[in-house]
Amino acid sequence: MTMKTTVLRPVHTALGAKMAPFGGYDMPIQYADGIIAEHGAARLGAAIFDTCHMGELLLRGPSAAADLDRLLSNDIANLAIGACRYGFLCNDDGGVIDDLITYRQAEAEFMVVINAANEATDFDWIAGRVSNGTSVENVSDATAKMDLQGPKSPKIAASILTHPIDGLRYYRFMRNYYKQTEVTISRTGYTGEIGFEIYCPVDVAADFWNDCVNNGTVPAGLGARDILRLEMGYPLYGHELSADRNAAQSGFTYAISKNKRFIGSDKVLNTSLRDQLLSGISIDGRRTARRGDTVVIDDKTVGTITSACFSPTQTHAIALAYIDKEYAGINTTVSIISGKNLLYGKTTVTPFHKNGTVRADINLYL
Amino acid sequence: MTQIPPNLKYSQTHEWVRLENDAATVGITAHAQDTLGDITFVEFPKVGAQLTQNHESGVIESVKAASDLMSPVSGVVTAVNNALDSAPEAINDDPYGAGWLYTVKLADASELNALMDAAAYEKFLESE
Repeated sequence: MTMKTTVLRPVHTALGAKMAPFGGYDMPIQYADGIIAEHGAARLGAAIFDTCHMGELLLRGPSAAADLDRLLSNDIANLAIGACRYGFLCNDDGGVIDDLITYRQAEAEFMVVINAANEATDFDWIAGRVSNGTSVENVSDATAKMDLQGPKSPKIAASILTHPIDGLRYYRFMRNYYKQTEVTISRTGYTGEIGFEIYCPVDVAADFWNDCVNNGTVPAGLGARDILRLEMGYPLYGHELSADRNAAQSGFTYAISKNKRFIGSDKVLNTSLRDQLLSGISIDGRRTARRGDTVVIDDKTVGTITSACFSPTQTHAIALAYIDKEYAGINTTVSIISGKNLLYGKTTVTPFHKNGTVRADINLYL
Repeated sequence: MTQIPPNLKYSQTHEWVRLENDAATVGITAHAQDTLGDITFVEFPKVGAQLTQNHESGVIESVKAASDLMSPVSGVVTAVNNALDSAPEAINDDPYGAGWLYTVKLADASELNALMDAAAYEKFLESE
């Protein structure tokens, strides 16, 4: 498979980014100042991430809402125009094909934002299951996406966009203009801080990026993005979520409706299938665990690490792990067998980073 | 690019050695810290431990990876830089100064002949 590049590749090259493969794309992992500085910019200032690799599908038609309600774990019928919502695309066994955000752009028009590595799978799954009157269009190649995140991001976005963004609430979006070009901007992200995901035509992406950077935004790569999301306990597809892990084990119950049937719901809503749950682990010391490490209590294997890192805000290592449900998230002391090292920690509820600005009133930051 | 002090000796695994009489101070090079990225954790050898040239002497973890430290010389560890326990970023900020790792009482000064001088290390980096 040839590696794809995003439209921002020349920008990354000019900034001296270190690149690596992710989801079939050659993506920036970090820039010159390093991952910790980029993480700090997102927590305390403003950071911008290239997320053009992510996919966008448009669903249109009078039955599009009903189709999505049948396909997704979250409620779509009552989603307001101008609002978006996080949910799971499940298989018949209740495993997760992808996690995604659905934007209601009009009564009968939705944008679904999906992970890069799952783009073809998601499109085939969705297009093969919608009703005759619903069209599914993959607009990923024409759509650029950037995440502008951090407490200083509202001021920067407001200075660059044409229309005011006052009052834009968490998980709401609006049409706006960058110069003469229409863009979509949502109060969403993957960092735990106030910020936006911006969707625009590919031909203006580099100009938008450079405008943000020239207004004090720090370019940030996937290395910082992974630490930021882990500090919030947010899942990463392929680590915390997969086709052979029941969606409900993730513990993200707000993304799972009990009010409807959807593909996989028999298994997802069956509480007897939740033998393990996703839990945070606060690790003693700076040494980090690794994905796949075994979690042990009193010599008994109770789980597996799915993601781990050194947390700059906590100043110790943190992890997410699937753990036998009786031990998850309740301050139980655990050991982690990490190669030849034995690490110690406690199960904990997430987020690790508790005072993020993600849900704050935007008007306080303008 | 990265600076290479002229008065040190260098290993192919990117450690440096500063010699004062038979006491050697060991660290990692500016190139090494740049490749590793932000350093988050150091596992030192124990004071009193016997190190062997080109054998593992500890571990450095960064935001990107964990790497074995190789000892560029043989000898007994006489001190480790405990300031790095809570501030390992000193290795990134000052790899040849505040970011030193440990000191060794040299077992065999002739081992230094197997290491590179600054000019040779610079060529080595270009060839990598």
